[in-house]
Amino acid sequence: MTGLLMVVVLFLAVFAAAQIMRIYELSAKARQEREYEVTDKDNNTQGRYMLLFGIGLLVSLVWMMMTWGEIMLPKPSSLHGVEIDRLWDISMGLIIFMFFLVQPVLFYFAYKYRGRKDNQATYYEHNNRLEFIWTIVPAIALAVLIIYGLTTWSNVMNPDSEEEPMVVELYAQQFKWTARYSGADNTLGFANVRLIGGANTVGVDTTHANSADDFLATEIHLPVGRPVLFKFRSQDVIHSAYMPHFRAQMNCVPGMETHFQFTPTVTTAEIRQDADVQGKVERINAIRQAKGLELYNYDYILLCNKICGSAHYNMQMNIVVETQAEYDAWVKEQKTIAETL
Amino acid sequence: MASHDHDNDHAHDHDHEHHVENFWTKYIFSQDHKMIGKQFLITGMFMGIVGVFMSMLFRLQLAWPDQKFAILETFLGKWAPEGQMDPNMYLALVTIHGTIMVFFVLTAGLSGTFSNLLIPLQIGARDMASGFLNMLSYWFFAASSVIMLASLFVETGPASGGWTIYPPLSALPQAMPGSGTGMTLWLVSMTLFIAGSLLGSLNYIVTIINLRTKGMAMTRLPLTIWAFLVTAILGVLSFPVLLSAALLLMFDRMLGTSFYLSDIMVAGELLHNEGGSPVLYEHLFWFLGHPEVYIILLPALGITSEVIATNSRKPIFGYRAMVGSILAIAFLSFIVWGHHMFITGMNPFLGSVFTFTTLLIAIPSAVKAFNYITTLWKGNIQFTPAMLFSIGLVSTFVAGGLTGIILGDSALDINVHDTYFVVAHFHIVMGLSAIFGMFAGVYHWFPKMYRRMMNKGLGYLHFWLTFISAYGVFFPMHFTGLAGLPRRYYSNAEFPIFDELQDINVIISMFAILGGIAQLIFFFNFFYSMWRGPKAPQNPWRSNTLEWTTPVEHIHGNWPGEIPSVHRWPYDYSKPGHDEDFVPQSTPLKEGEVGH
Repeated sequence: MTGLLMVVVLFLAVFAAAQIMRIYELSAKARQEREYEVTDKDNNTQGRYMLLFGIGLLVSLVWMMMTWGEIMLPKPSSLHGVEIDRLWDISMGLIIFMFFLVQPVLFYFAYKYRGRKDNQATYYEHNNRLEFIWTIVPAIALAVLIIYGLTTWSNVMNPDSEEEPMVVELYAQQFKWTARYSGADNTLGFANVRLIGGANTVGVDTTHANSADDFLATEIHLPVGRPVLFKFRSQDVIHSAYMPHFRAQMNCVPGMETHFQFTPTVTTAEIRQDADVQGKVERINAIRQAKGLELYNYDYILLCNKICGSAHYNMQMNIVVETQAEYDAWVKEQKTIAETL
Repeated sequence: MASHDHDNDHAHDHDHEHHVENFWTKYIFSQDHKMIGKQFLITGMFMGIVGVFMSMLFRLQLAWPDQKFAILETFLGKWAPEGQMDPNMYLALVTIHGTIMVFFVLTAGLSGTFSNLLIPLQIGARDMASGFLNMLSYWFFAASSVIMLASLFVETGPASGGWTIYPPLSALPQAMPGSGTGMTLWLVSMTLFIAGSLLGSLNYIVTIINLRTKGMAMTRLPLTIWAFLVTAILGVLSFPVLLSAALLLMFDRMLGTSFYLSDIMVAGELLHNEGGSPVLYEHLFWFLGHPEVYIILLPALGITSEVIATNSRKPIFGYRAMVGSILAIAFLSFIVWGHHMFITGMNPFLGSVFTFTTLLIAIPSAVKAFNYITTLWKGNIQFTPAMLFSIGLVSTFVAGGLTGIILGDSALDINVHDTYFVVAHFHIVMGLSAIFGMFAGVYHWFPKMYRRMMNKGLGYLHFWLTFISAYGVFFPMHFTGLAGLPRRYYSNAEFPIFDELQDINVIISMFAILGGIAQLIFFFNFFYSMWRGPKAPQNPWRSNTLEWTTPVEHIHGNWPGEIPSVHRWPYDYSKPGHDEDFVPQSTPLKEGEVGH
């Protein structure tokens, strides 16, 4: 019944609007005006709105940057993350500068050159010098960005660490992560989905010599300052291992192994002392308290960042960065896969 | 230029046909390019309603995840029991929203409408090269639309793997319900869509190259036509690759092949597939996917060039540079697809190559933006609703294009890939710019399509509400993305770290709902004006291009007598030495006058 009523109301509303339009247009006709023709008055109003909008756009952007600056990710907790953030700041600085240069000109011109009946536009079809300038200047700026970007990319993807990286496998499946540590030999044993069975949840070949000391974990533990080479596998669909605090991400693709290496530089205990992070935790806990939710303590996290199915939004794992001693103690508690089978 | 004497006879034939036209041949199986253009527009607008409405539904979920909305149950039925949306339905909505907006609204609805309407009218041709193929191109599109809509009603729900439908998720019905019948229908629908798009594109290319009127040299083409030509070439070269990707995916789904599948255990079941690679699919998909961005954007830029020049009463600044930058963008668009795949495990060296080519696109794009702005300089700007939308386009093109410099840089992409920063970027630069171009086109050429004028006041209202809500929706998304929020999350509640983003999500959703409702003004204006609007004069915007030399009443063959010859470029606005501030292309040069 309500549905029917809604339809009737909607119909009457459209009908009423059409009638109002009709009256409006007939009165325009009676005044011998053509509604669709743009008058000087229209140009004045719309030109002013353009100017106002331009100002509003810039002011609101500044407001957002000031108000929401604090919700952004805290400083990077990895060696290469610092390098990425430096490139980020430079690129972002450049584009914000361009934004604040071009948008005001656009809206100002729209206002300034609003039409008047007694005015005539300037016939100005091209200017090779001007066009050359605004081809070559962006080209130079981009050349710098490209060179800087490619250097950074190459440093990130091919890190030359003197220390041998610790090898850890991240195994993705709908909708959970498992970490497989390579153990004392720092080499992962062979694994394939065809070997999955019983307690062997990630399909490790237990007859393989290298797998003897491999162990599984439901939380990632990393010793601070030691490079870690993550190798990624997926059991079913594409997932993406996203570790935003370390500026690290790589897809997990079924049928192939991908990898990403980085060096964590800040322990979980240290980051919790960071002023920005503490402010963030306070704000979050104020919200959670109001909702009656469990209070939150800051942790590094691993998220799935490639659509993978219904519970994609809740595919996560904690990452703990700790001192070598704490890490060694944690490793001692772990049972190898061979032991659990 | 070849002469077109035969066209006169042709016109005669058309007059003859005119008498035997009935409802079916006029409105349904029409081979007249103007009617086909209108068919594309109306279908595209209908699909647009569906696509935008879906976004409003999932914005409700994102802003108020704990609340129940009766409206959700009304529309989604079992997928929103008691008004609480199911996560699978959330994914289905974002998937179909993306598919509909990218392909059905902004490819077919935009390019299909205006290429069909304007190519023959602006180059001075009686019709498309093949009216029959043109009709088929619409009917393939119509059939694919029907199938896509039908997929919303299957029991396991529509395709839900994201509009990019990456396998194995899209290949395995065990992985998610949407990968069942819904996905099959998606693939069938897209296959038809691609076929229709190819027929249309081939027709556009042939028509533009062969059927230009006397004097219409390539350097005298309006920029709209340049944009449609390059768009059609992009489509012809890239859509078949998507077709092959879709066919291989169908084989994997139905015939047990392993193009994209290898070593998979899903829902406890071990699959036999071995040797395939999902990354192959990604390459094939983005080989279309990236040019597709420009298939969407270039027609909008073409329309804007025309509207800005006409309403600034000035020539478009740097015509040759504008054509050159369209060509440069089109060429580059074929060698940048890998920037969607920096973190797929692709060789890092390839990442370097794609970063290099991607950032180069900024150069021709910058040229276009600066040239638009210089066109406004010292103009005599007439703020028609079309002009407002065109200026809006320049603003969003700049705002969204700039963040592309971040995302195209592989090192920076690592941390924002697939976050809301990306969602903000592509919605602004591609979605908003293209839809603004489409609105500009509708307001500008409505009198040509429907012989009546749209209401200016409502147009103003529509523009401002749309413009404000568009920035209101997508600007804040940059910030949630920088906070690390991944896209395609049904709810952020599982991660306490995202708790403080909820207020922003509410703001975004409110603007989204405002923006969605504002479109009702447009629809009302459109249909009201179509039937009751004031009669259009022949050349309401005092424009130079040939379409305004045709009579207001539509006739087959477009011009009652001979097709006018062209004597000048289309941008002689406010040219010194002329009485009027516009000189139509069909006006011969005065004695001693220098052409462009």
